[in-house]
Amino acid sequence: MRLRFPQILSSCFFIVALVFPSANQAPAFGASKFKVVTATTDMAALTEEVGGDRITVESIARGYQDPHFVEAKPSFLLKLRQADLLVVVGLQLEIGWLPPLITQSGNPRIQVGAPGYLDASQFAEILEIPTGVITRAMGDVHPLGNPHYWLDPENGRRIAGGIQAKLTELKPDDAAYFEERFQSFSQRLSTAEKTWDEEMKPFHGRKVVTYHRSWPNFAKRFGLDVVGYVEPRPGIPPSPRHTVELIQMMERENIKVIVVEPYFDLKTPKSIARETGAQVVVLLPSVGGEKEVTDYFKLFDYDIALLAQAFKSNP
Amino acid sequence: MRCVNIFACLLILVPGLVWAQTKDDVQEQLRALEERVHVLESEVQTLKAAQAAPTPPTQAPPPPTELPPGQAPAAPTQLPPGAPLPPSRPLPVYGGASAAAKALNPDVSVIGDFIGAGGRNTIRPLPALEMHESEVGLQAIIDPYARGDFFFTFGEQGVDLEEGYITFTSLPGGFVARVGKMRSSFGVVNTLHNHVLPWIDRPVVSEDLVGGEDGIDDAGVSVNRILPVPKGIFLEATGQVFRGDSGDVFSHTRKSDISTVGRLRAYRDLTESTNLDLGLSFARGHNDLGSAYRTQLYDLDTTLRWKPLRRAIYHNFLMRSELIWSEREEPSAVQRAFGFYTASDYRLNRRWTVGGRYDRSGRARNAALTDTGFSGVLTYWPSEFSQLRGQYRFTRYAEGRDANEFLFQFLFVLGAHGAHPF
Repeated sequence: MRLRFPQILSSCFFIVALVFPSANQAPAFGASKFKVVTATTDMAALTEEVGGDRITVESIARGYQDPHFVEAKPSFLLKLRQADLLVVVGLQLEIGWLPPLITQSGNPRIQVGAPGYLDASQFAEILEIPTGVITRAMGDVHPLGNPHYWLDPENGRRIAGGIQAKLTELKPDDAAYFEERFQSFSQRLSTAEKTWDEEMKPFHGRKVVTYHRSWPNFAKRFGLDVVGYVEPRPGIPPSPRHTVELIQMMERENIKVIVVEPYFDLKTPKSIARETGAQVVVLLPSVGGEKEVTDYFKLFDYDIALLAQAFKSNP
Repeated sequence: MRCVNIFACLLILVPGLVWAQTKDDVQEQLRALEERVHVLESEVQTLKAAQAAPTPPTQAPPPPTELPPGQAPAAPTQLPPGAPLPPSRPLPVYGGASAAAKALNPDVSVIGDFIGAGGRNTIRPLPALEMHESEVGLQAIIDPYARGDFFFTFGEQGVDLEEGYITFTSLPGGFVARVGKMRSSFGVVNTLHNHVLPWIDRPVVSEDLVGGEDGIDDAGVSVNRILPVPKGIFLEATGQVFRGDSGDVFSHTRKSDISTVGRLRAYRDLTESTNLDLGLSFARGHNDLGSAYRTQLYDLDTTLRWKPLRRAIYHNFLMRSELIWSEREEPSAVQRAFGFYTASDYRLNRRWTVGGRYDRSGRARNAALTDTGFSGVLTYWPSEFSQLRGQYRFTRYAEGRDANEFLFQFLFVLGAHGAHPF
């Protein structure tokens, strides 16, 4: 029997696949440094706070990237197939890109429901959970609640606590180390919270407009009143009519600060600011949004400093 | 007279006795109520004292339980600082007590694809207006080891199972297997559903050599695996075995007339924003002339993508080419045809995308006949869930006839349609 090219090629595929299985297989728990992959940099930062040098952490999305629209690139599969733990934001934030990556990874440990899959939203206080009829007429609404919940330090503490419990479950030998790291993080967070509260105290009740609904937890925590959005509906680009209505509202309410995430175009916010005399402030929703924002503490340091400066400049 | 006196006395005495009796009852009831108030007050004080007592320091939090997707946590109240929320929170109930059971239902979506065509095409005419396809998707995780995906297409002529398969996600050795009916992993365009194509139609080479819209879509088994390669290169091998019945491409007259498909895909991030995708595929099966005659297809595809992460929703660029060779055995000779398309898209802003495509292909049954064409495409996105597209298409068919057409399309998504693989 004469072998034809397709037969040779198909045979090669399977020979290669079968010859190198050990190189592809992820190590078992505890066999080497524990690998954690997170959906976003914020989850990575919190995991790092707890896991320290006993784990390695990699994030799929970058901090300056819109976490709703991440491309499910095959290079992410290289990370996921080796992961011992996957930490996701949940609440359908990653619904457009993460599920196929998990399925394609060939890693049983991080499949939904497996011990190595952790949805951090279960630990956090979730706001804006819709009630009643939910339709797409409301825009790209998240039926399970607003997924930007890590922007409240209290939620950060709770998420870190949940991650600590999961790491302890998967790496019980390092339980004391994770506990110590968590307590240290919690204490440092308490100290930082006092500073942040002090800085934001003069601006309690200030009304702001934001581009997207990224800030409900942040606003609640620091006493801000978000009264309008540049987007007419979540995920819907600004329309001229909505922009005019927003300008009128801002003038009426004397709103002087527009908060924009770094991945949105500044053209419309700037034109609104010109009309109303407001200031556009590019706040970071995630760790890594700027080079110097390298951890969870620096995220709030950065945002609160910018915001306080904007409020002072625009009383 | 005596009776009258007695009656008068009764009239005076009875109300007095009744009043006296009522007064005693009321006083007793008041006493009982006062006692009850005292008891309640003491209970309230006890509760207040318990609430005001300091919370014991948080020890290692209890192991949390993950909520599966689709399960909704409710907003918590009175959260003690530093403690994770209770692991099990109730599902929001929107439609009554039975709504919790619906959480296990599959995600359901419908995608409407309405197409219109103007202009003249005498070789492959399209209807002026057509509800081209309604794709119903049902997707869910089956158990800890597998997930299921079904896509039914309802056209004006009937219903078809476009895909319906189980994916085993927890196999050892990093293998991922699928069993069911599926679009084969031959090339790129063949794997894509209509609604994710960057054009309204499919390239001429797909029509001429790979079975057009249906393509190689068959019942079978698929196994794929990521292969270990250094330097951040992603390499994936896929092997598939099908019944051997894929529209115009493969037919089976005996059970042994199976078809096979193999694909090797290499991918690398060149920079944070740019990546290169290369693929090599083959497909082999028996054609409609009988078991003695085979058709073999080979595909080479390249894709270059650019998407700046900070402005990913506003700008991106994609350039893709796919070259396909066909060898079709016939009684007289082997028809060896070749075709390709090369296309690119550029996203101008959040709502507008412009693109173009060049086509050239021989025909599988007569390689001497070659069709060529080009298209210009403009797409408008009102939101993520709807899309309007216009396409000017020029085709010069091998018969010597030219077709100038304007196609337009409305695409709209209902429900929760899961993301497709990259």
